[in-house]
Amino acid sequence: MSELLEDIRVGIRTETAQDAFAGSAQGQGKPILSATDLRKTYDRATPVLKGIELTIREGERVALIGSNGSGKSTLLKCLIGLHPNSGGQITVMGHIFGRSPDATQRRSIRRATGFVFQKHCLVRRRTVLSNVVHGMLGTEGSWRGFSQTTAPQSWRAAALRALHEVNLGEFAERRADALSGGQQQRVAIARALVRQPKLLIADEPAASLDPVSGRDVMELFSRLCEEHGITLLFTSHDMAHACEFSDRVIALRNGRIFLDRPSADVTNRDLEETFNG
Amino acid sequence: MDEARQHAMPGRWSGFSPITFILLVGTGALIISSMQSVSPTPRQLADGLPGMVSLVDRMLPPNTDPAFLKRIGLRIIETFQIALVGAAIGVLLSLPIGWLAARGITPLGRGGYLVKAVVSLLRTVPDLVWALLFVATVGLGAVAGTMTIVVDSVGFCGRFFAEAMEDSDKEPQEALSAIGANRLSILFGAILPDAAPSLINTSLFALEKAVRSSVVLGLVGAGGIGQELKVAFDLFQYKNASMIILAIFVIVLVMEYVTDRLRVSVQ
Repeated sequence: MSELLEDIRVGIRTETAQDAFAGSAQGQGKPILSATDLRKTYDRATPVLKGIELTIREGERVALIGSNGSGKSTLLKCLIGLHPNSGGQITVMGHIFGRSPDATQRRSIRRATGFVFQKHCLVRRRTVLSNVVHGMLGTEGSWRGFSQTTAPQSWRAAALRALHEVNLGEFAERRADALSGGQQQRVAIARALVRQPKLLIADEPAASLDPVSGRDVMELFSRLCEEHGITLLFTSHDMAHACEFSDRVIALRNGRIFLDRPSADVTNRDLEETFNG
Repeated sequence: MDEARQHAMPGRWSGFSPITFILLVGTGALIISSMQSVSPTPRQLADGLPGMVSLVDRMLPPNTDPAFLKRIGLRIIETFQIALVGAAIGVLLSLPIGWLAARGITPLGRGGYLVKAVVSLLRTVPDLVWALLFVATVGLGAVAGTMTIVVDSVGFCGRFFAEAMEDSDKEPQEALSAIGANRLSILFGAILPDAAPSLINTSLFALEKAVRSSVVLGLVGAGGIGQELKVAFDLFQYKNASMIILAIFVIVLVMEYVTDRLRVSVQ
């Protein structure tokens, strides 16, 4: 096991990625997201999160790791008010809420947050450009954003720019389901980035992709977040991705934070204890 | 001998529970007793055969008088207009109704069941009954026929539109919801595009059904070619009637061919 983890940490990590994160702002920016004594219980009986305390600062790239059922996805969803929590307090971009954000807070948080899901969740019968335009839904005048046909010209232009950023500009008019899995995930990234979010949340963005496509997607994430100064919080089962494409790793075990340290300082023993402890 | 071979042989009728058996026997008895009451006996069929031959003889050849054909042509156009306009309005009305009735999607919560109940009511009442109601309210003619087709189409499409929306892919909807999209944006952005093939199929079936309905609505005075058919039979003009039946056959056949082709192109 330790040899395997060594391979992951040493063999796969590239110079490029190391360089990209060399000047990261870990621990120096303003807090963008924080949780105090965050608790979540399903069905009134199954505690999933047991008093989570964490602060994520602007510009950080944070990987959330842990075995299945450790509470990673639940934590992501609670932190941004997608799921109501059972106790504690959350502060997102200055909005403080307990159980769940009120309607105004929710709208404001969602407008400043981009989401990428494990499955890309595209509307398969729509064009790639329409799917990226969907990223503008939730902003002012969003009723026009259901298709690129009805969207304002500025939105269409922004969507095409976002597609160029993920190297898919030439596929703008194709139907979403005509693209490969990796390309579809890149479209999902373009959709998340089109309204220039401050915070990007990704729930196992590479899990449904083959190793090469998964790596491409993670490299794209890190490059775009770096370029646009976006705070990135992602979950991953892939330790190579977690360590290489973040500058801080938070490990969950049994609903509690088991480890929280710069990714460069994470040891094989840490990873072993996270998954096998 | 291996362990599997030691299992006892299942009985031939082990799948039948006593309740299933009783239900089957009961259903069979109901069908047989009903047949004795309402089905034609061989003697009745034999007695009716000469009458049928005589009727067919009086129907042939169909009337091909140009003036009559022109009148029939105009009635066919009116029939088609009733079907087309009625189905189009019905389909348009069914979109919001289907949305309001779709479980898990409707903004009305449990109120969606009420919308479904109203749609069921529209579907349950036969089109000829609706036609009688509209003839009584707006008078004889094509308008009553169009209103009948609208109601009939809403009853048909409302249900299937709701089901298509319920079956649409949930993941893009959740993704748009997470972005902050409101219900209408999710409807237009994710639900309708995903459900589109099913919605178009249902709409084409509704049009086909509307054409078939519109040819008989005239029997109760709601316009269209059915009105000519009733007059022809009432006045014993069987050659006229056979021409009208032939025209109805052609219009239904053409409509089925066109909608089949459209359905194939939608897939």
